[in-house]
Amino acid sequence: MSGKEIRGKIGTIKNTQKITKAMQLVAASKVKKAQDHMEASLPYADNIRRVIGHVAASHSEYHHPFLQTHSEIKKVGYIVVSSDRGLCGGLNANLFKSLLKGGIHDWQSHGVDVDLCLIGSKAELFFRHSGFNLTAHTEHLGDVPEIANLIGTVKVMLDAYKQGELDSLYISYNKYINTMTQRPTTLQLLPLTVPEKQESKRKYWDYIYEPDAKKLLDHLLRRYIEAQVYQAVIDNIACEQAARMVAMKSATDNAAELINDLELAYNKSRQAAITKEISEIIGGAEAV
Amino acid sequence: MAITVHLDVVTPEKSVFSGLVEQLSVTGSEGELGILPGHTALLTSIKPGQVKIILQGGKEQIFYVSGGMLEVQPDIVTILADTIVRAENLDEAKAIEAKEQAEKLLSDKKADKDYTRAMRELAQAAAQIRVIKELRRHRK
Repeated sequence: MSGKEIRGKIGTIKNTQKITKAMQLVAASKVKKAQDHMEASLPYADNIRRVIGHVAASHSEYHHPFLQTHSEIKKVGYIVVSSDRGLCGGLNANLFKSLLKGGIHDWQSHGVDVDLCLIGSKAELFFRHSGFNLTAHTEHLGDVPEIANLIGTVKVMLDAYKQGELDSLYISYNKYINTMTQRPTTLQLLPLTVPEKQESKRKYWDYIYEPDAKKLLDHLLRRYIEAQVYQAVIDNIACEQAARMVAMKSATDNAAELINDLELAYNKSRQAAITKEISEIIGGAEAV
Repeated sequence: MAITVHLDVVTPEKSVFSGLVEQLSVTGSEGELGILPGHTALLTSIKPGQVKIILQGGKEQIFYVSGGMLEVQPDIVTILADTIVRAENLDEAKAIEAKEQAEKLLSDKKADKDYTRAMRELAQAAAQIRVIKELRRHRK
């Protein structure tokens, strides 16, 4: 390679490095925001879980469809939460792999049908041609998703469960552990396991219900599941940004390494050219 | 000092209010409710409308909720709201004005650096107008 070619190559890599560096910094600032968002959404789910626990415990004679376990499992549903954009390392691929290996293939080998509900465009790309039954899909939720955009998707699955088409419902997403670790996680949403009532020793008390307990419980359970899906989506966004930050950092480092090697090669070839010229001049002078 | 009760107002997206209040009034599914400290345990759904709270010391604060649940226990009250906007932010005339301003900023290419800010303001204004319209529709 001539010196000029190497210079050109170094220029290209430097440009790429600028882009990856910028993406790394953007992702780093977004991780922080996503983490704050994650924390802010916790109290709602905690409160609902507590209320549901109480209502379900004090009305144990009433079995809401969401709380009943189906004796025979013929069809299961999965809500798959993925990112909308790539360049975040193996985040989505790992999730899909663990989902197929750790759940879906098992069900299929037992002759159980699988319905998928997809959130995020990466999941759509992956599962579109895989032959699964796709019941709902939503994408481009942005960095700060609104729960309003998720309700429709969740409702499709809840209604299917209520009508007995689905026998259990799972959600699969990346759980944020820390910046370096994101763990593909699958949770069971339905049938819901009611949290244990802690205050059983205390004096029995109950709410006044307006209008009545069953309607309210139905309302609460729906909200609870929506909140859980929302939390999964937010968790996944934090993961996406963290994974992107790490991926872009290693891309920037790789670029720096490449530039170093190329600069060494460039200097060597320049030195070789100079040496060659000098020896040519000396050789010419001797000839004269 | 008046007796107070702890109130938490939470939405799926964030916690909106947490603190001591002397009184709160909401529109429950069966009608208007006024809750004072020491109220008996109650669970009810909330209709879209106003939530008025009187803070410790007598200051008033108003929220708008588009629905949700109210859980009352003698020493703690929780509002699990679907969406909530602080009423001070809900002045419709201001919202429309802000929207127009943001649109003007967007069409003016010179103010390039303010573009993101304008976009944000436009979205917020549009959201507020939407909430007001929804509230009106429910009142009719």
